[in-house]
Amino acid sequence: MQAASGAMIEVSGLQKSFAQVTAVAGLSFAVRPGEIFGLVGPDGAGKTTTLRMLASVMRPDAGSIVIDGVDVLASPEQAKRHVSYMPQRFGMYEDLTVEENIRFYADLFEMPYGIWRSRADAMLVAADMTPFRKRLAGLLSGGMKQKLGLICSLVHTPRVLLLDEPTTGVDPLSRREFWQILYSLRGEGVAMLISTAYLDEAERCDRLALLHAGAAMYCDTPAGLKAHMPGAMLEIVATDARRVGELIRTLPGVLGSLLIGVCVHVHVDRAERRSDIAAALIAANIVATSIEEVTPTIEDLFVALLEQGHSKESA
Amino acid sequence: MVEERQAQIVVDRLVKRFGSFVAVDGVSFEVARGEIMGFIGPNGAGKSTLIRILCGLLRPSQGRALLAGIDVALDPEAVRRCIGYMSQKFSLYNDMSVLENLRFFGGIYGVPRSEISGRLRFAVEMAGLLGRENALVATLAGGWKQRLALGAAILHRPAILFLDEPTSGVDPSSRRRFWELIHTLAQDGVSVLVSTHYMDEAEYCHRIALINQGRLIALGTPQELKQHTLAGELLALEGDRIGDAISQLQTAPGVLDVAMFGSALHALVDQADVRSPELQTRLNSAGFANVRLRRINPSLEDSFVHLVSASRSNAGAPA
Repeated sequence: MQAASGAMIEVSGLQKSFAQVTAVAGLSFAVRPGEIFGLVGPDGAGKTTTLRMLASVMRPDAGSIVIDGVDVLASPEQAKRHVSYMPQRFGMYEDLTVEENIRFYADLFEMPYGIWRSRADAMLVAADMTPFRKRLAGLLSGGMKQKLGLICSLVHTPRVLLLDEPTTGVDPLSRREFWQILYSLRGEGVAMLISTAYLDEAERCDRLALLHAGAAMYCDTPAGLKAHMPGAMLEIVATDARRVGELIRTLPGVLGSLLIGVCVHVHVDRAERRSDIAAALIAANIVATSIEEVTPTIEDLFVALLEQGHSKESA
Repeated sequence: MVEERQAQIVVDRLVKRFGSFVAVDGVSFEVARGEIMGFIGPNGAGKSTLIRILCGLLRPSQGRALLAGIDVALDPEAVRRCIGYMSQKFSLYNDMSVLENLRFFGGIYGVPRSEISGRLRFAVEMAGLLGRENALVATLAGGWKQRLALGAAILHRPAILFLDEPTSGVDPSSRRRFWELIHTLAQDGVSVLVSTHYMDEAEYCHRIALINQGRLIALGTPQELKQHTLAGELLALEGDRIGDAISQLQTAPGVLDVAMFGSALHALVDQADVRSPELQTRLNSAGFANVRLRRINPSLEDSFVHLVSASRSNAGAPA
């Protein structure tokens, strides 16, 4: 893991079980100021439980959490002061307007008007929500509700922001605006921990941990993670992609294949298999428009690791 | 994909008004037999209203929708018999067993008595739940639940299947298995309409319809949408403190848009091969070190954002 010094969030050996189910099984990672760190994995991988423990709303069975130098387990109240936690269902008042909700959170944290006003205005612009200031929160679309939740979480200038699947059900345009706000917080040195079940979102993080069954399979930058991908990915475009898929599976060196619309993504043990595959397609009389080596996605990596049974702790 | 095949869904100049609000504004498209059509659009774009009309739950104000040849406005009951519906959020009863759930849905969909045992076996096998028929649904992992929900939705052999964000929250291996099943169903002639916010889910579809403010603003294969919608070419820029270079780039000639993406910047430019060396020089002289530029292929999300923003700035102009 990273050198401990300079980390805003340090999690070490975290464990939590509910009855017979182990939700978090020895998780360790660190997040630096200004860094966006992703906890990426499917439902049930332990993401929400981890965030709840960091927000001191749940106690771990074992392990330690240090936020901004404060031991969260020993002094939860002190630690909470600089932490903002946005749960999956953010508690906003549906019968208050956008503006009133922001004001409520600013007052709750006793923020001086001059400070929260300008912050809120800048974030409303970034979120493209200025025209909706007077709209009741209950009447906002799903995407706008999530952006309002983020603005409310940020009016009190936290040093640590914990976000639990903030973009679930949010359309791509709102999602992009949401991320632009997160990127703007890097300059303020806010350490951001974000959970997501969507692997395309993982590409937006500075670093991430791939979670499976409560443990991190790997922990690195998106580019660094892809370097762990065993073998290579080829993309074959063909009118009869289905036949390509059926043929490919029988060839040596093919570890997996996936039909995506008119493309077949083929996981091969080495990129040189490309010419063998091209020859096999010609022999079978299948016309392929192109066969190219492509950069694996985080999803390709996740699947390859799961299928290898790799459950390696990042050390 | 359409070729000469017969259309299973025909939507013809469909309009739905709620008071003065126009939720669906003259939408037309067709889905062929065996075709998988993705439905994407911003929150509140009118996707759900459209799907409710197609399921026979809402009457259109104007226009026509035919499902398997039946007019939804004239015979919604007959339409409901030929469609299956599955949503990730709410489809199964957690406190009932696998078999109890399937029997329940078999009853709702009116599967004939003579066929029911065969169909139940088919659904259990498809979900990979042989031997676990009596397990409570609550105890199943996400991927199994999802395949079971799919099995329940097709017990009555519908010609048309609606999927609402079908794979949200499941692990990628289960998701891939799910989509293989969907492609197998399509191969057998089922027409599938998938509504989703996730572009990686949309990539699995044969064609995609993009809806914004009640209108159909784009229709094509994922490849067509990615290749032909952006008004320029995309560059990815990496380097030290690259995030601070946004304002430098925004004012550079030929740069149409700049946005942060992870630790890189994505810049939309008129011509990548011309602008790439220009931007390199500009950033170097502004003191940015280790700048690396490369041309990247636009993603489906890039197309989505571009099309929706463009149609918003044209709002009010005649369609």
